[in-house]
Amino acid sequence: MIKKFLKLFSNHTLLFTLVSILLGLIIGALILLAAGYNPLQAYGVMIQGIFGKPKYLSYVIIRSTPLILTGLSIAFAFRTGLFNIGAEGQFIIGSTTAVAVGYFLHLPMILHIPLVIVCAIFAAGFWGGIAGYFKARFGVNEVISTIMLNWVALYLQNFLIYTHGFQKPGGEVSYSIQPTASIRFLNEWKLSDEGTQWLIEHPFWRDFFKTPINWGFLIAIAVAVLLWFILKHTTLGYRLRAVGFNPNAAEYGGINVKKNIVISMTIAGALSGLAGAVQVMGVSHNVSLLAAMEGYGFDGIAVSLIGSSTPAGCVLAGLLFGALKYGGPKMQPAMGAPSEIINIVIGIIVFFIAMPQLIRLLLKFTQKKKETVTETVEIDYVG
Amino acid sequence: MPSKQIPVVEMKNITKKFGDFTANNKINLTVYKGEVHALLGENGAGKSTLMNILYGLYPPTSGEIYINNKLVEIKNPNIAIQHRIGMVHQHFMLVKPFTVTENIILGMEKTNRFGILDLKKAAAEVKELSQKYALLVNPDSRIEDITVGMQQRVEILKALYRGADILILDEPTAVLTPQEIYELGKIVHNLTNEGKSIILISHKLKELKIMADRCTIIRRSKYIDTVDVSKTSEEELAAKMVGRKVSFVVDKEPKTPGEIVLSVKDLMVKDNRGISVVNGLNLEVRRGEILGLAGIDGNGQSQFLEAITGLRKVESGKILMNGADITNHTPKEIFESKISHIPQDRQNRGLVMDFTVAENMILETHSNKPFSKNGVMDHHQIKSFTTKLIEKFDIRPTDETKIAGTLSGGNQQKVIIAREVTHDPDLLIAAQPTRGLDVGAIEYVHESLVKQRDENKAVLLISLELDEVMNVSDRIAVMFEGKIVGLIDAKKADMETLGLMMAGGGSA
Repeated sequence: MIKKFLKLFSNHTLLFTLVSILLGLIIGALILLAAGYNPLQAYGVMIQGIFGKPKYLSYVIIRSTPLILTGLSIAFAFRTGLFNIGAEGQFIIGSTTAVAVGYFLHLPMILHIPLVIVCAIFAAGFWGGIAGYFKARFGVNEVISTIMLNWVALYLQNFLIYTHGFQKPGGEVSYSIQPTASIRFLNEWKLSDEGTQWLIEHPFWRDFFKTPINWGFLIAIAVAVLLWFILKHTTLGYRLRAVGFNPNAAEYGGINVKKNIVISMTIAGALSGLAGAVQVMGVSHNVSLLAAMEGYGFDGIAVSLIGSSTPAGCVLAGLLFGALKYGGPKMQPAMGAPSEIINIVIGIIVFFIAMPQLIRLLLKFTQKKKETVTETVEIDYVG
Repeated sequence: MPSKQIPVVEMKNITKKFGDFTANNKINLTVYKGEVHALLGENGAGKSTLMNILYGLYPPTSGEIYINNKLVEIKNPNIAIQHRIGMVHQHFMLVKPFTVTENIILGMEKTNRFGILDLKKAAAEVKELSQKYALLVNPDSRIEDITVGMQQRVEILKALYRGADILILDEPTAVLTPQEIYELGKIVHNLTNEGKSIILISHKLKELKIMADRCTIIRRSKYIDTVDVSKTSEEELAAKMVGRKVSFVVDKEPKTPGEIVLSVKDLMVKDNRGISVVNGLNLEVRRGEILGLAGIDGNGQSQFLEAITGLRKVESGKILMNGADITNHTPKEIFESKISHIPQDRQNRGLVMDFTVAENMILETHSNKPFSKNGVMDHHQIKSFTTKLIEKFDIRPTDETKIAGTLSGGNQQKVIIAREVTHDPDLLIAAQPTRGLDVGAIEYVHESLVKQRDENKAVLLISLELDEVMNVSDRIAVMFEGKIVGLIDAKKADMETLGLMMAGGGSA
């Protein structure tokens, strides 16, 4: 049984990740202690804030959804050897497109929702593809071009918000999308007589549905499964991975390296765009003037890293991230502990994951100890 | 050979385990002062592991090391350097944009009393050192501008600058041209005359015969024997190394070549710097023959090869395959015109090292049936295909899910050969197919090439090893400065004529 369990860790990636998370929490606890707060109480508040009510769980899922998708976006590009810093900008393009298509068009829901999603995916895919094309055609490093495209996207959105017909009068926000473009769960049913009755009878779900919970999470899971399938079971995935591991061998094998770089960045852009669309359609319903980046894309980098660039890993890491980001700040009102602690914890987790060598050393140390222990046991037995 | 046998290095009963795998099993090695001691063994026999232990890169699991009769514990390379041990790795550890002097003093820079780097003094020291051992280098050249042979001298100087008396050279000739190997031999001689001891890791018997005094043989992690090189024949050494008799001569029946398969006309190709390195090359390869392309490295062979396989742009001229023009076609189109290619850099071109053996087997054919249908891969078919090839080509370990990078060099090459031969090409291009391989594997590669020829395929062999070209080929073309300067029947070829032609003097 234990052997089986250890076998699970045989590639060490999962073990490293878990140890990193643990170390992040421990060091966070030390910082809380140093600041004069009881870390057990603080983490208690956080855990209570995550699992305490169905509503909280619902919010964790809502918070995680865009992070899972941007994480998948970065992970996918990474498998092709590309570092997509542009998830942020692609997210913005996706959300702006979703608002435009969701607000200006009037269609039945069954057409409207897919159309909004498809348009957002195409626009953001194009946005990501630009960086891919620049890299393939002119050798421009995708890190540089995507960072610049992030700012272009941000100011493009701000410009559109000030455009007549798009800006909601009296606010620095856009108009909201039509109800036919919303993907909130059972929005109308919740308000119908039958719905209210059912919810009164089922208090768990009533609480759970109090939030803007939406289809986005299920979309993200479906996309993760799709990506896993693409990477593992399709020739496209094979080619993308070959290019990522060794472009020279890929070229030798007849794979068009440049084309695959563009494809990879386009898909990555589409995924971040989907994140933006889902956020608009499920939660915000509009976009507002941005003074700075919102951080969905940058958090996605951490999610991808913690999830070791695998689809399943991104889903789990996205949930962890969403939970910490939602539950962490609750320390502040409850006990006055600064909510920044939780950002420190996240930072430390990422820090340790980026430093597998250190953890390997730590593991080696514990293993050595174990070895000596088993040796003495054997001697005892023989004796 | 030194007259007095004073041991400087003694490694006793060295055992090194990596998990369940024993890389060194009770190995003994004694090196005398002033001798060249070769460490002979196949790839993966444990030579490098033993030397890495001596250089402090790995701790041994058990065993003792004596330096100058004193028991020592070498925990890291700094301690090794303190014991005057220096190592020149197979892959050089040099900073390319730095000058020779800067590389040599790196990590022990001399400063004046203001703490400012005194490069002039350092350059003078380097010059003095290089003159003392006849290791001629220009201290002010940048590493990226000098040849591989020069870079190796810099590595040796680096070790000497740190006071090394015991020099470990890991496969020093693997990257060198015949001329550079000859120069290295002289350098080694100068060093031993000055009382330095040299440990030479190698599996090339010929060079070892010329350079080494004594030789310790390791086979499958175990100590086999230590012999006097001058009293042991190459065949004996090979047999000790591989554990069976090895044939050095390639057996092949005479065969009349058939129609022309590949025809290259007035080919011009540029290198990365934009300099024309293939200058009007003409060549024909026929069915049922092995055409060997001989030449000193840097005469345009690599670029020629890349041009015919679609990896480099052809400036002008024509390449015809079975009469059809394939000039500047994509690698995929060229593959489809029935050309297979064993690339010279197997780790960088031939394999995706992070892929499994199975994934590597379908590098060119992954989008073809039966390996995939409508873009979805059929892992079952891929697996059964790979399992068959693993068995047929005796690839070890027999596990198609193994990551290619974990295989030994010989087995990696077998994966490529298995894949390329199975494509059933009309033309097989083999570039440096035996580089870095041991005797057993070389024999295997050569047999594979001859088998292709006997199946009436055309084979183009490009090699820097003149022995290989002469042994395996039916005809030999000599390439010099981007042109074919001579074409001779392999049976009538002799080393001297070929060598002269390779250096640009005379033609057939």
